[in-house]
Amino acid sequence: MDQLFNRKYIVQGLFIVVALILLGKLFYIQIISDKAFSSAESNVLRKIYKYPARGAILDRNMKVIVQNEPVYDLMVTPNEVKPFDTLAMANALEITIDDVRKKLKKAKAQSSYQATFFERQISVQSYARLQEIMYRFPGFRTQDRTIRHYPDSIAGQLFGYVKEVSPDDIEKSEGYYKPGDFIGKSGLERSYEDFLRGEKGVINTLYDAKNIAQGSYANGKYDINAVSGDRLISSLDIRIQRLGEELMKNKVGAIVAIEPSTGEILAFVSSPGYDPNQLVGKDWGKNYMSLIANPYRPQIVRPIAGQYSPGSSFKPVDALVALQDGAIDPNTTFFCPGYYMAGNHKVKCEHIDGTINMQRGIARSCNTYFCHVFQNIITKNGMKNQRQTYTHWHEQIAKWGFGQKLGIDMPFEKKGIFYQADHYDKIYGKRWGYTTVISQAIGQGEITSTPLQMANVMAAIANRGYYLKPHLIKGIGDKNVVKKEYVVKNYVGVDEKYFPIVINGMRDAVNSPWGTAKESQIPNIVMCGKTGTVQNPHGKNHSVFIGFAPMDNPKIAIAVIVENGGFGGSYAAPISSFMVEKYLTDSIKPRSNGYTVKAFSETNLLPALIDKTKKVKPTKLDSLKLKKADSLKRVKDSLKIKPAILKQTVATKPKVNQPIINRKPVTNK
Amino acid sequence: MIQQQGSRFFFNVDWITVLIYIALCTIGFINVYASIPHHEGATTFDFASSYGKQLIYAITGLILGLSILLFDGRLFNVFAPFIYGATLFLLVVVLFVGRNVGGNQAWIPIGSFRLQPSEFAKFGTALLLARYVSTFNPKFRDIKSIVIAGLIVLAPLLLIMLQPDTGSALVFLAFMFPLYREGLSGYFLLIFLGMIVLFVADFLVPTYILILILTTIGGLFIYNNRRKQKIIISTVLVTIIAIAYLFVVKIAYEKVLAPHQRSRIELMLGLKADNKGAGYNVIQSQIAIGSGQATGRGFLQGTQTKYGYVPAQSTDFIFSTIGEEWGFVGCSVVIGLYIFLLLRLINLAERQRSTFSRVYGYSVACIFFFHVFINIGMTIGIIPVIGIPLPFISYGGSSLWSFTILLFIFLKLDSNRMGFI
Repeated sequence: MDQLFNRKYIVQGLFIVVALILLGKLFYIQIISDKAFSSAESNVLRKIYKYPARGAILDRNMKVIVQNEPVYDLMVTPNEVKPFDTLAMANALEITIDDVRKKLKKAKAQSSYQATFFERQISVQSYARLQEIMYRFPGFRTQDRTIRHYPDSIAGQLFGYVKEVSPDDIEKSEGYYKPGDFIGKSGLERSYEDFLRGEKGVINTLYDAKNIAQGSYANGKYDINAVSGDRLISSLDIRIQRLGEELMKNKVGAIVAIEPSTGEILAFVSSPGYDPNQLVGKDWGKNYMSLIANPYRPQIVRPIAGQYSPGSSFKPVDALVALQDGAIDPNTTFFCPGYYMAGNHKVKCEHIDGTINMQRGIARSCNTYFCHVFQNIITKNGMKNQRQTYTHWHEQIAKWGFGQKLGIDMPFEKKGIFYQADHYDKIYGKRWGYTTVISQAIGQGEITSTPLQMANVMAAIANRGYYLKPHLIKGIGDKNVVKKEYVVKNYVGVDEKYFPIVINGMRDAVNSPWGTAKESQIPNIVMCGKTGTVQNPHGKNHSVFIGFAPMDNPKIAIAVIVENGGFGGSYAAPISSFMVEKYLTDSIKPRSNGYTVKAFSETNLLPALIDKTKKVKPTKLDSLKLKKADSLKRVKDSLKIKPAILKQTVATKPKVNQPIINRKPVTNK
Repeated sequence: MIQQQGSRFFFNVDWITVLIYIALCTIGFINVYASIPHHEGATTFDFASSYGKQLIYAITGLILGLSILLFDGRLFNVFAPFIYGATLFLLVVVLFVGRNVGGNQAWIPIGSFRLQPSEFAKFGTALLLARYVSTFNPKFRDIKSIVIAGLIVLAPLLLIMLQPDTGSALVFLAFMFPLYREGLSGYFLLIFLGMIVLFVADFLVPTYILILILTTIGGLFIYNNRRKQKIIISTVLVTIIAIAYLFVVKIAYEKVLAPHQRSRIELMLGLKADNKGAGYNVIQSQIAIGSGQATGRGFLQGTQTKYGYVPAQSTDFIFSTIGEEWGFVGCSVVIGLYIFLLLRLINLAERQRSTFSRVYGYSVACIFFFHVFINIGMTIGIIPVIGIPLPFISYGGSSLWSFTILLFIFLKLDSNRMGFI
């Protein structure tokens, strides 16, 4: 053995070192890191989702108002496609050969090995034709799914629409939604998405390297069955909803009706409305664009997004808060010379009633009376403490829901304007008092509210001191689960004893010869209400009525606003009376004054479109500008109260009470 | 004497090595079986399928090996030049009549079989090298013996490069180790190692930094040996050559290597990520092996294997099947078997009385070592993709037979170790 024998150890040592290097790397990728394991899973595993049926929605009488309809999509997996008879395909789908080629190209561009849409929602006829010749088109398959159907074709804004998820939705959902899923985008479809959507099913399938399915994973152990969405029971009464939409035809405005004892919303009309079936399926884009292009903006959900000054309909709240505050007592009278002097400004009244008490003041909507009431409240602690008393008053009014969202189960609710003292500090410094904000006494100027808030105020008065959170869905799923927050009474901070006198005034407004809404008396039913005429700087005043019925044990509270309808008594009050009568008696008796549903339905109050270009397409910028101008004007108006109040008082003129049939809408004076 | 030898014949064969051989072939067959997709439906054993053929190759290989044991060991010494000449001839022939498979002109079709001469060139070269060393007993201190040994190795290497089958050619570098054992200076190994290190470093580190490092090391070395003029001169020379090498590599890399080879090297060095193209094999192979985790997914349960995610699964990437279905435990067993085999072969080589047997034994062990290291290293991404088979395990008749012949010639020589060759 020579000394070269030792070189054996170097060679053997090298073998061992290299083996250890190999084992080290293997130890790392096999035991320490688990990246490879998940990569292997994602290589072979494909999740195929099964879409559950969306939950149906019933109205309060268990009539189906939202349901599903089966549709068929034609899917294609481009790399499985073999040359096929394009003419036969085109004929079956009733499209041109060119379209077939284009669609195939589009599908290829999306993915060559995943199934993508070739044609969405093919007709039943096409589906039937295709089924027979499907074997001739390898790579193609039909996929059935369901889309929404709204049998009554009404309440478009209320139901909202369902649409394919956007990348944004997918990101926000933290992994729940996948491209191609559908999601409720607005209305009830949006707010109850979590219940309506159900649970997606999953089938785990193994695929080989050539993307050919190789059977189920772990014998389907991890597969999930699709679970249908929850059935919802809506509080809506589709009968009066339909009546409401009919009455509001050719008008801009809103109706909200609430069952006072429960807070359940009975009618939720936004006018102009649209057929929700328009926003279903493949014509979505086209129809949506035409909705957007409508100058009367049907896409606005006016019951919760329309913000109007409550006008005189604010007066009952004003009265109740003043009574609770001790600023006046039920017997307080004021002298009405036909106007009220707020500093140098004259707030006009439409009548000269002389000494007037609260009950009559409400019935006749006396501006002078309520300006005095407001003056008493704010100056109760002396002229120096007006800011503090205003703040206190603001708190009390806010309890009724003004200036805040009521939390209805609909998206995009607005809260309306109701300024706190700080706001006036900013504008006037310390030098402001009741005369500065006097317009609020009569619900004008710097206070706005949504129709929902107004109806809710009525529900609170009907309940003599509390309201339940207004809501549209009263039962979720098979067990009819009710949200806890919907059974909580929200007190408005006015004692029950102060209500009778105000309610009597509201009764007189409808049921007495001197009432502002006497033309809206309902046979055999005592409806209490209050008219309002909202000054509108852009045109004719808005007609407002809020009320409830019957007077004792009220079943329905209602708010109606008809834009450009003029006086509260002329359109809003009669429309309310039809709604109330229909709900309480399921019929409408002939009226002695000859008012009919048909006549109101046929009346066209749509404002004339000034600008021709706007008629076609008002841009967002325009509408923003408009809004801005509007709000600027409003502030300005309240500074110079006179013109606003002047117009306001016109609303309460007794001479309004003429039959409006065959009469052109009253023009503004 | 000869009679006596015959009666002790079976005791003289190293049966432990034969058992390891059989174990590795069995592992090979099992995993080739597992890596053929869509076999689940097959109820009968199918000899036309890959695994059926592999069984035939294994059985005929064993018969071939055992029959080699019946030869007179001296024949290999005597016929070494002829065998070498024949394999060289085949390597030339294949360039003209060969069938092109996967870009390499490496196969000679014979009937329904295909012969891969480069596989047989290995033992031809090993035999001639052993013959040369045993006959002339050079200590490789002179240039002449180094050149002759070098030519013996380089002739088949260059012919294989022409196919071009770089992977198979690389294996011939394994002959450096037997030469080292017989006296070739260790500097050759160090220089070779240094060339690889510099080659890799040249891609990862800017050239000027490498030059800085090299001159610093050289400078320190000179400072330490400042009284020895010879060392100073040789250090300066080595440093200059090393720096020149850096530039040559860069140029040669662009001009000599094919694009697919360049991209394989860049992928391995992490200079480039490519999940679909050239990197697909390596990534899928690593996913397969990694997903096996500690104990593997179980026989026939590997999804990467079953559903064909790793290309060349039954041949060059067979180790990914082992890794996926048998996990770290299975990998360790296989590597353990190889190391046991390699160490045993070296030990067997060292107990030879004849230089011929020892050199041949070293050659066999080092060829196996190169195959195992390069193949497994490639499947787990520490070596660029070089398409050479895993001995006894990869699917394929030519490789299995040539490895069997390599091994059993040595076993025959070993069983004759007491005699004179």
